[in-house]
Amino acid sequence: MTTSLRQSPGARVGLSIAVATGLYGVSFGALSVASGLTVWQTQALSLLLFSGGSQFAFIGVIAGGGTPVAAASAAALLGIRNAVYGMQINVLLHPRGWRRLAAAQVTIDESLATSTGQTDPLEQRRGFWVAGIGIFVLWNVFTLVGSLAGDALGDPKRWGLDGAAVAAFLALLWPRLRSRDAGAIAAACALATILAVPFVPPGVPILVAAVVAAAVGWFGYRAGPDGEGLEPDIDPYPDTVQTDRTDPS
Amino acid sequence: MTLWFWIVVACVVGFLTKLLGYLVPKKWLANPRVARVAGTLTIGLLASLTVANTVATGQLLVLDARLGALVAAAVALWLKAPFLVVVIVGAAAAAGLRLLGLP
Repeated sequence: MTTSLRQSPGARVGLSIAVATGLYGVSFGALSVASGLTVWQTQALSLLLFSGGSQFAFIGVIAGGGTPVAAASAAALLGIRNAVYGMQINVLLHPRGWRRLAAAQVTIDESLATSTGQTDPLEQRRGFWVAGIGIFVLWNVFTLVGSLAGDALGDPKRWGLDGAAVAAFLALLWPRLRSRDAGAIAAACALATILAVPFVPPGVPILVAAVVAAAVGWFGYRAGPDGEGLEPDIDPYPDTVQTDRTDPS
Repeated sequence: MTLWFWIVVACVVGFLTKLLGYLVPKKWLANPRVARVAGTLTIGLLASLTVANTVATGQLLVLDARLGALVAAAVALWLKAPFLVVVIVGAAAAAGLRLLGLP
């Protein structure tokens, strides 16, 4: 049964997740200028990098005094999950030509989660595109609002923006800590970071933690649910329990 | 200028990573190990960024108002506050503790 776009459940969920996700672009914009990037550099990240975790990682490393190389490395490593999402969307939608390039750019946690949360192929397609394009537009608009506001605020410490950055990273991590395994990985990487801070330049402790995390993923025994760590920042389907997002079958 | 250069590098690498999923044979990335590493990397990097932004100042470990922001944010998340509220709570906690004289 085909429903019109107005009544489409995929489009409806996509739209609401676009508003919720787009809004927190304000915090990215404000924190980015507080970390020392210009309004234009901040906007370039939202337009071109367009992946919340990677963008926050980039400015988080810069804010801590890390080099741009370390910032780009952290952003690249956090983006690896998008390749896994791309494969899943490719299986679901088979985009061709320019649509494939557009689909790749809007392949993020939320567009994948919106799409795979639907069962009808048409709704999966609508969910992906409405969430992807909707978040892209709103995320960029609200990034600009945030960076202009942040620029006007002045001294970031006085407004507690360094505390806001801490809160943002914890909020990105939180939905991914659903099992004991995930908590153990987070704790191990947090400890590795603290141990590394005094001995290596700023930004590098994050890469040390990445090595620990990758080793655990590659070699470690894992009993948790599939798709651990691949949860979206904001869940499009908060009322349903989804344990197996990585297998679209 | 260097910063601009690495911003562009991050953006290009980020896009190519996304595109990779559409181009490589399915069996490569369908390997459960690859998906697992992508997941553990995400958890590990976010945990590390949280901690580094809380206690690191250059190469020093420092306990200051940011720790209060971490605790306040955790409470807000535990109470299921939305993302933006959590961020505002973190900022308010850090700013408030500094008003009280904490570094």
